[in-house]
Amino acid sequence: MIVAGIGSAVIEPGFFSSAPVQVALVIGAIAAVVSGVVGIFTVVRGQSFAGHSLADIGTAGGSAAFLVGINPLYGFVAMNLVAGGVMELIGIRRPRGRDVATGIVLGAALGLAALLLYLDTTSTSTTGATINVLFGSIFTLNSSMVPVIVVLSVLAIGVTLVLYRPLLLSSLSADLAAARGVSLRFVGIGFLVALALAVSLSAITIGAILSTALLIGPAATALRLTKRTGSAILAAAAIGVGATWLGILLSYDSYYWTSSHRGWPVSFFVVMVVFVSYLAAGLFTGRRATARRPLERGVR
Amino acid sequence: MFSPFMINAWEASTIVAVVAGVVGFFTVLRGSSFAAHALPNGAFAGAAGASLVGASTILGLGVFSLLGAIGIASLGRRARHDVATALAIVVMLGLGSLFLSMTTEYAPEIFSLLFGEVLGVASNELAPTAAIGVVCLTAIAVLYRPLLLSSAVPDLAESRGIKGVRIELAFLLVIALVTTMAVPVVGTLLIFSLLIGPAAAARSFTNKPLTAMGLSVVFALVTVWSAIALSYTSELPIGFFVGAIGAVGYAIGRGWAARRRLA
Repeated sequence: MIVAGIGSAVIEPGFFSSAPVQVALVIGAIAAVVSGVVGIFTVVRGQSFAGHSLADIGTAGGSAAFLVGINPLYGFVAMNLVAGGVMELIGIRRPRGRDVATGIVLGAALGLAALLLYLDTTSTSTTGATINVLFGSIFTLNSSMVPVIVVLSVLAIGVTLVLYRPLLLSSLSADLAAARGVSLRFVGIGFLVALALAVSLSAITIGAILSTALLIGPAATALRLTKRTGSAILAAAAIGVGATWLGILLSYDSYYWTSSHRGWPVSFFVVMVVFVSYLAAGLFTGRRATARRPLERGVR
Repeated sequence: MFSPFMINAWEASTIVAVVAGVVGFFTVLRGSSFAAHALPNGAFAGAAGASLVGASTILGLGVFSLLGAIGIASLGRRARHDVATALAIVVMLGLGSLFLSMTTEYAPEIFSLLFGEVLGVASNELAPTAAIGVVCLTAIAVLYRPLLLSSAVPDLAESRGIKGVRIELAFLLVIALVTTMAVPVVGTLLIFSLLIGPAAAARSFTNKPLTAMGLSVVFALVTVWSAIALSYTSELPIGFFVGAIGAVGYAIGRGWAARRRLA
């Protein structure tokens, strides 16, 4: 009874019985788990820029698919796989070279997106297409998307887990990995495939903003809390799912906050939850580091 | 193409190209492409916020891009730089989505801020663009030596007493100013392409900093001028041409560098 009482105070009526909310909770959780797993390696490898860029780059594929009348998701995936391949192909080993390679691919793809969105809007005369492709909306998802999304998620997580050890080694020390006979290019391309799949499915379902937020935020938070890769992956997935669900709940509740009944967007709430948890993790580790310092001095 | 209403477009794009060529050289040298993408994109939220409270777009862009630069620099002290930048851009865009949800009159303006409206530049926008452009170039001239040293050989710069953290903040603030100046006239996509493409191509042709910077300005001017001409004649969006020319220029530069290495 008490739990139910608290629940009804925090959760506005109809939250769990609403079909759009149910679909949003399920797909949001899937996207958060995949983003958490792939995100850890994205952060460790220093590829946040590529991860964020793919969400924008996919827009070009999405709008191309929109133009020819097929599901934008397939356009997103195809475009991102190509873009990931090109990034790895022209990217020089040094991080700065990779930064420029990502930038060039992003610039070219955004130009292409500008052209395709222009063609989309002139051929169908709906300005809504622009906004929809760019921002996505978690509450307008169709439950028929779930099977495709599950398949893509399993693929992305599968590639990451198959590559787990060589990926980890090459992320931490490229030289050591090369000395052990790990093909850096193969691992690099394999990881970009996983990243492209993960980002496509999250960008198309929950929008480009949330895609980056869930890829980087929970992973960076988890890596502040633990240095073990396995537990960091679990923590990132858990933080991502928690932030997504809390964001959806707050967004749903916000409809009742003002008399005008205009809900605040999910992306705003999820981003804020992610960011606050990142800062909180920093305070936590900061305090732990200061607490440890006298001991370290004593040892010396 | 050179009718009176097009004159503003030519002048504004020339100013933006010169500044982008110079600042872009350091952006590429420092590996700051992500910040050069994040600040213009995130500052767009500032424009949305400004329209909500009825302030001027340029003020909103300025406030948000400067706050974004400070945010990236301060988060970057304790985390990887790309992570700090990613967090900064999602927070800014998250606020942007909130602002957008609160206003209904904004939809057409999103498109123009993202993709630019260089053909619709008003004469009264030229003066602020030029003024901020001069500030950017002056800042780069003043910072030139420490900026170059800390970008090329960070360790040596630190040992000479140049604080990397301070240089980073100063450079991010310059990118924020470029954002404020360029986004209202050319849009977020175009300024990013102009910062990266010409400078990356220029670096393939020479190792001398001043020559590379000069080449970068020339490439930026050629890119933006031919993009305007092509866009005018084909009636396709200018952003497409700037992106495409940038990528082709970079490919030619890489090809040139590879041939020279083989020879």
